[in-house]
Amino acid sequence: MESMETFSDPALARQSLEAVIELAGQFKKEHGRIPVLMEVCGSHTMAFARSGIKTRLKEHVRLIAGPGCPVCVTDQKSIDAMIQLAQGPNRILCTFGDMMRVPGSRVSLMQAKTDGKDIRVVYSPLDSVKIAEENPEKEVIFLGIGFETTIPILTLAIREAERRELKNYSIWMTTKLVEPVMRALLDSGEVTLDGFILPGHVSVVLGKKSFEFLAEDYRTSGVITGFEPVQLLSGIYKMLRLLLENKPEVLNDYKYVVKDEGNLPAQELLKQYLQLHDEDWRGMSTIPHSGLVLKDEYAQFDAKKKFKISVGEPRKTKCRCGEIIRGLVTPEECVLFNKGCTPAHPIGPCMVSTEGTCAAHYQYMRGE
Amino acid sequence: MCLGVPAKVMKIEEQTALVDVMGSRMHVGIIFVPEVKEGDYVLLHAGQAMTVVDEKYARESIEEWRNVLNGKYGNLL
Repeated sequence: MESMETFSDPALARQSLEAVIELAGQFKKEHGRIPVLMEVCGSHTMAFARSGIKTRLKEHVRLIAGPGCPVCVTDQKSIDAMIQLAQGPNRILCTFGDMMRVPGSRVSLMQAKTDGKDIRVVYSPLDSVKIAEENPEKEVIFLGIGFETTIPILTLAIREAERRELKNYSIWMTTKLVEPVMRALLDSGEVTLDGFILPGHVSVVLGKKSFEFLAEDYRTSGVITGFEPVQLLSGIYKMLRLLLENKPEVLNDYKYVVKDEGNLPAQELLKQYLQLHDEDWRGMSTIPHSGLVLKDEYAQFDAKKKFKISVGEPRKTKCRCGEIIRGLVTPEECVLFNKGCTPAHPIGPCMVSTEGTCAAHYQYMRGE
Repeated sequence: MCLGVPAKVMKIEEQTALVDVMGSRMHVGIIFVPEVKEGDYVLLHAGQAMTVVDEKYARESIEEWRNVLNGKYGNLL
């Protein structure tokens, strides 16, 4: 698909970079400092690092990674509970690959698997439904971690389990919503932001309209942005234009993928099966209505209602993941980064996940 | 964990479709993209096609961006 390949064309990317640097210079002249933007998507964090854009723009635009990595924002007690869940008898735990090496207070899922627990990495939640059907004598539990891009697929798995009348299938819902955490960040005033690079994939489900609150309630701009180098730079450029024109607005710069209204079948499914819930976030305590759980009529598929899990207070470490996902510190400011904490021996989830800020810094920006 | 490369829809079969992802073929769900047609490109996430890529918009978007760059970063917004 030729037009999509153009988005990663090196010559066009270089030209785009120059345009962004010129505009950032204008901003600096007017404001006496460089602009500060936050990306609220872990895939953006990785794309900015991998493409070299973050490094190249270091002196011109400050890009802060926000709470966009699903595993990273999940609080440690929930992580411990999910690992504890694997210890029970006669059960198969299914998960996305990201969770396997996330350190628990005692062990990780990977260690639990090594100890003989039946833990399986699946590509899709629907694969776990199939596993439940093939293993009627066992309880099959899927660890449902994710933002709005993933949540519709969790509900699809529930719908499929319902259709197949499975009694041995459930999901441990630990879902997170983007708008409440963005509001919490802005309300806290902890970090000064000029605007947001908005999550292209979450927007596929929610649509542009779900981010209008930024301009309406906070007079803050955001640009829905794609993931290839030219798209990343175009998103930053348009964001800077909005800032220079002092025009709070939400733009969709990923129109060929994101519709203004989002994905309506996915939104319908969310409404049918799920209800709002107060979720605990790493380093941020509880944010009201910041997640979705199954409605009471689907309680039979709710692993949190089916299995009683109790875990103590999480083990304390010097990991600063909770501050990193709020944009308060960079990975290099954590005493563990690249010392006690590396991808081979991670202490916190930000170093494990393929969308984690520490993993991105370790892989692409170490020593800069 | 999020969406990846675009996949070309080769064959539609009720609620699934056979797609080609950079030479590999696989079946994916298409419940979220009722408008999908054979020959379309879709973006995948966890085994589901989440959106149909609008090629017209993609071409326009590149064109618009080239114009911005070549027009000495003229008026865009």
